[in-house]
Amino acid sequence: MAQNIFSDELNAFISEWKGKPGNLIMILHRVQEEFGYVSREAAEEVSKQLGIPMASIWGVLTFYHFFKLNKPGKYNIQVCLGTACYLKGGDMIVEELGKEIGVEVGGLTEDGKFSLEAVRCVGCCGLAPVMTISGEVFGKVTKDQIHGILDKFA
Amino acid sequence: MGFKNYILVCGGTGCESSRSDQIYHSLIDEAQAQGVSDQVQVIKTGCFGFCEQGPIVKILPEDSFYVQVKPEDAKELIAEHVIKGREVTRLLYNKAPRKAYEEVEDIKFYQKQLRIVLRNCGSIDPENIDEYIAADGYKALEKVLFEMKPDDVIEELKTAGLRGRGGAGFPTWMKWNFTKQAEGDEKYVVCNADEGDPGAYMDRSTLEGDPHSVLEAMTICGHTIGAHHGYIYIRAEYPLAIHRLEVAMKQAREYGLLGKDILGSGFDYDIEIRLGAGAFVCGEETALLQSIEGHRGMPQPRPPFPAVKVLWGKPTVINNVETWANVAQIINKGGAWFASIGTADSHGTKVFALTGKICNSGLVEVPMGTTLREIVYDIGGGIAHGKRFKAVQTGGPSGGVITEENLDTPIDFGGLQKIGSMMGSGGMIVMDEDDCIVDVAKFYLNFTVDESCGKCAPCRIGGKSLCNILEKITQGKGEESDIQQIQQIAHAMRIGSLCALGQTAPNPVLSSLRYFPEEYQAHIHDKKCPSGKCKKLISYEINPSKCIGCTACSRKCPVGAISGEVKKPHRINGNVCIKCGVCKETCKFGAIEIH
Repeated sequence: MAQNIFSDELNAFISEWKGKPGNLIMILHRVQEEFGYVSREAAEEVSKQLGIPMASIWGVLTFYHFFKLNKPGKYNIQVCLGTACYLKGGDMIVEELGKEIGVEVGGLTEDGKFSLEAVRCVGCCGLAPVMTISGEVFGKVTKDQIHGILDKFA
Repeated sequence: MGFKNYILVCGGTGCESSRSDQIYHSLIDEAQAQGVSDQVQVIKTGCFGFCEQGPIVKILPEDSFYVQVKPEDAKELIAEHVIKGREVTRLLYNKAPRKAYEEVEDIKFYQKQLRIVLRNCGSIDPENIDEYIAADGYKALEKVLFEMKPDDVIEELKTAGLRGRGGAGFPTWMKWNFTKQAEGDEKYVVCNADEGDPGAYMDRSTLEGDPHSVLEAMTICGHTIGAHHGYIYIRAEYPLAIHRLEVAMKQAREYGLLGKDILGSGFDYDIEIRLGAGAFVCGEETALLQSIEGHRGMPQPRPPFPAVKVLWGKPTVINNVETWANVAQIINKGGAWFASIGTADSHGTKVFALTGKICNSGLVEVPMGTTLREIVYDIGGGIAHGKRFKAVQTGGPSGGVITEENLDTPIDFGGLQKIGSMMGSGGMIVMDEDDCIVDVAKFYLNFTVDESCGKCAPCRIGGKSLCNILEKITQGKGEESDIQQIQQIAHAMRIGSLCALGQTAPNPVLSSLRYFPEEYQAHIHDKKCPSGKCKKLISYEINPSKCIGCTACSRKCPVGAISGEVKKPHRINGNVCIKCGVCKETCKFGAIEIH
């Protein structure tokens, strides 16, 4: 039985890494893998277990884009705004998605279903413009496809 | 036992996004169902490079190059190609029986390429160490451990003239030599796989397609400089590359190629993965090392240089993925061979991620000295949709634009610098007439402002100020004095910033100002955006002589700004129009114009 909010596996991971230098970022990745984000509560638990001050942990969390401090939606939408996607209209995809689900970049719909994120380069520039929903990739997206794509996640 | 056919399925991120994993499994299932599973071997490989045409499937020994394959096509490929020995013409690259090109190399996309770094990408299974070994893998390590002295290795690199492929082009042998000579009981080897340039994926594809080439090179370096520990710092956004590295490291340990007493030589060496977390500045060496140590990735003043003292205060060699991928080949084939490729200034090849408004997006590797024109037109197939070429951006957010007049410049480190851009890590973004140069400069600056770590004022404040000026210009509020101010701020950032991120951040603005002064003037003086991208500076109008009154646009307009009678020219009410461009996309008669 876990003694805290972390799963046994996560606690085991932390004990395994505890003695290694430079472990903080690796542990925070593992925390985010478990929860989908790093809550203040989770960060405090990491602070307690590693003996690293909360200020240092928060400093690292807010420095790196990859770490999320808020809970993402059931389906997390990522729109690529790398250069290739931007030139091919990625910004218009963001705009259209925002209109469809009624939130801005970084937002979460009221029912907690969709969150919207703008990211740098998903890595399939040949498919630009690209968006992903919970890991599923949609390439060469046009504005009028968006409604249909979202419907798949209804 | 040999197989009749080998089917290679691209397993790079681009093709996997287009369901290549399903194709792989469908091919195996179909071979089973049609009773030929003992005759074919289906292999998932790394990136073929021709991402525009993905997913790609290549069948050996015929060398049939199938493009845009779907999982549903598996049945036909097995029934026709494997069983009946007939190529499936409709899936071939040029959709014709193979007379026009006999070999894959004859496809224009591949003709001018030379693959050293990507030698194994698309031809071996990256998750099978035996295939790497069969392709001369780990031969260089064996040679280094048993036949060469550390100084011989450095001498070979010096002869080769290999320069860092991460962007700066620092001679690799010097880095290794500094660290080798540095005092210290412990030293480290680091692979920089924190590929942050948006729109570039050379390193990711190399790691996904040929992870052992990097592990082997890092081990060679460890032995040469006297290190026993290596780190690969890789973006967390590259899950497939991380997975393939983990598999490769595990297999290498099982084969005695990593760990204690490598190949019985008495040399101990192991490698660990450390994940990045999405900070562009961590591509900067000193920031990257901070991040490996678990801190915020803030650049440190140099000296001390990493070669002498950095990671946990120890001497460290840090090279980029592409640099590492060259090393084993240099040891195997000799420095002189490598030096014979390329130009006097830069030897070997360079991998570029060719993207943007180009017909053939993809990953290309060319000898140094190839001209941009050859890359854009011969390999890339020119500009998509018959548009006019405008510029190429190399070096990403740190680089600059290259225009028509400089397209014949041979690509090498010095050549690109001379025309106001830089080699960078290998992003190559093609722009056409629809792209606004001011808007693109703003895009890059927004990026560097967002990614600035905030440590030093020239970068933190200068970048933001430049951004504000560009925003003003694209809003139609630009003034004559803005240009001078841009130049002053840019100068301060260049000389005052601590690291390369801040020093190079003004480059996209300065180079676009240098080559497209008239476009800045059009925005500032005439309050016009010639390419029609800056919404505040354009208006949509209907050309009455072309409009037939079909009402298609007025039905699509989201704000009801278009009015008119059926079969008579329509009008757009500029006060209501939100400039979304839907009408222009809808009109089949080209009647809607941007002014």
